[in-house]
Amino acid sequence: MTQPAPKTLFAKIWDAHRIETGSTGSSLVAIDRVFLHERTGAAALKSMAAAGRPVHDPARVFAVMDHIVDTRIGRGDGTLMEGGSAFITETRAAAKAAGIMLFDVNDPDQGITHVISPELGIVLPGVTLVAPDSHTCTQGALGALAWGIGSSEAEHAMATGTLRIEKPRTMRVTFTGTLAPGVTAKDMALALIAAHGAGGGAGHAVEFAGEAVEALEIEARMTLCNMATEFSAMAGFIAPDAKTFAYLAGRRYAPAHFDEPYWQTLRSDEGAVFDAEIVIDASSLAPMVSWGTSPQHSMPIDGAVPQGPQRAHDYIGLEAGATMLGTPIDVAFIGSCTNARLSDLRRAAALVKGHKVSPAIRKALVVPGSSAVKRAAEAEGLDAIFTEAGFEWRASGCSLCFFAGGERFPEGSRTISSTNRNFEGRQGPGIRTHIASPETVIASAIAGAIADPRELAKETAQ
Amino acid sequence: MTPFTTLCSIAIPILRDNVDTDAIIPSREMKSTGRTGLAEGLFAPWRYSDVAARVPDPTFELNRSEAQGGQIILGGANFGCGSSREHAVWALVEYGIRCVIAESFAPIFRANCIRNGVLPITLQRSVVDALAWHQLEIDLAAQTVRAGETNCTFTIEDEPRTMLLEGLDVIDLTLKARDAIAAWTDADRTARPWVYLEKTA
Repeated sequence: MTQPAPKTLFAKIWDAHRIETGSTGSSLVAIDRVFLHERTGAAALKSMAAAGRPVHDPARVFAVMDHIVDTRIGRGDGTLMEGGSAFITETRAAAKAAGIMLFDVNDPDQGITHVISPELGIVLPGVTLVAPDSHTCTQGALGALAWGIGSSEAEHAMATGTLRIEKPRTMRVTFTGTLAPGVTAKDMALALIAAHGAGGGAGHAVEFAGEAVEALEIEARMTLCNMATEFSAMAGFIAPDAKTFAYLAGRRYAPAHFDEPYWQTLRSDEGAVFDAEIVIDASSLAPMVSWGTSPQHSMPIDGAVPQGPQRAHDYIGLEAGATMLGTPIDVAFIGSCTNARLSDLRRAAALVKGHKVSPAIRKALVVPGSSAVKRAAEAEGLDAIFTEAGFEWRASGCSLCFFAGGERFPEGSRTISSTNRNFEGRQGPGIRTHIASPETVIASAIAGAIADPRELAKETAQ
Repeated sequence: MTPFTTLCSIAIPILRDNVDTDAIIPSREMKSTGRTGLAEGLFAPWRYSDVAARVPDPTFELNRSEAQGGQIILGGANFGCGSSREHAVWALVEYGIRCVIAESFAPIFRANCIRNGVLPITLQRSVVDALAWHQLEIDLAAQTVRAGETNCTFTIEDEPRTMLLEGLDVIDLTLKARDAIAAWTDADRTARPWVYLEKTA
């Protein structure tokens, strides 16, 4: 008897969900979970209702208000974005009509989609999960195949319980070795994209593996997988292990335990062949910061700005050869589906304790990734540490990750941000965004200029 | 969906790498919960020198006189990266764009194009560059792009090609496989019961 060929985790999940492959080459793939938010959810649900198409299985579709909700304490349906309330009220009405579970503005379980889905055990190892949001790949950290789609695809998934897709190629990104102190999952993601480009993962489902990935806690794994879309990968995921099962067991929508042998099969077999492989020595990485207008424009924080497209240099106001450290900052932001979980806030609070935000900073904000994160942080007194230091403490939502017409800063303002995108205008017209880890945001907020978190950590340790 | 068969138009070059969907349609330009009213916000940060007053920036390619009425945009690598917002494609369609030719596409944007009758063509960068401001004739059935005497071919997977050529409603198409989906789901319910939830809403 011949042994079956070793399979990748991707192939196992794909094969387990492939209903049929048509004559035209694309496959009909079962979708286990759909998540919507108010920015794109109402449009999809309204369009389905107009076409007279019901949701195939409402119990497996969830919605939440996260994108344009007001993050100021005491919020209602009002938004800082002009006309934004309609997105909230229409999503609420459409979700109710469709019979799907909605985590509303002031629901105790409200939060950013990719923060609350793992918190509630909605995403599980081995499932397929889609949402009309590019950062859905975050949820691959739990061992799921999770990816972002458009509104039309979301309608398709909700109406049929399936998607028709071409099979992507497979890629394994292996991080060997151990991260140095002060270097985080965010730095791993930025280093990968800086080295291989914002299009480097195009056409691929990317499995993150290796010693440094296994060493990451679940929330840090979410940070790494979150940036897979900035690499243009279809999805990013990590094989579930004991940490994954311990994290999920007993959560509201998750199984009570993961004892069945099935769960142990959710990993790439030894000898499985990937279409592409990238290996990065994690021990060689430094804290990273973006210098330009694409996540691929990222660099070690203590280096000199490399030569990039002139347009990016002009927008960001930094020429090639400039030193990144010491670049003055106007706004500091900790938040987003990338870096606003409890572990992020704990690390940030530990660094900022006993320090003050520089008077040069116009605004410093901490926006928890979910209402549950907010409560847990407050129970530990993290909110008091942040506010004592001069940060504003907010209610959960996407906040300054993107500009929808709400909080505005003068053109040319420079932000240090724990988010995922540094595109031109992403945080507002003319805003110059530098993305980095929460540690780097804290160090920079204290210094009033881009600063190395390793130096601050040394100072704190003394 | 409007079928895509052939298209004759000037090719408007926006030949930058990593053109993201925030540039194609900034979040603040997504003012309604529907799919319309987006054309005015298309490329707003680049198209207007004063976005609020809608003052056109004459240096932006889309504002040049020869670009008026153009239905083809040329792009660099990783076109349409960033946010999954389908509004980027809805804005392009509403403005009149039916085809984007680029060195490569971000996957969600590319899928959104196909769902909305916009043909995404991938060609080598040197070929894309050479098409700038030329009058092109695109034939999807033949998979050709002709610019004067120059003729080149492109590849596209069979299913998107058929979808575009016939303007098919993909949901209707999939619902024809309803029985196969139901049979698969019944079997899966036994294999992976934890996937199937009780309704809580």
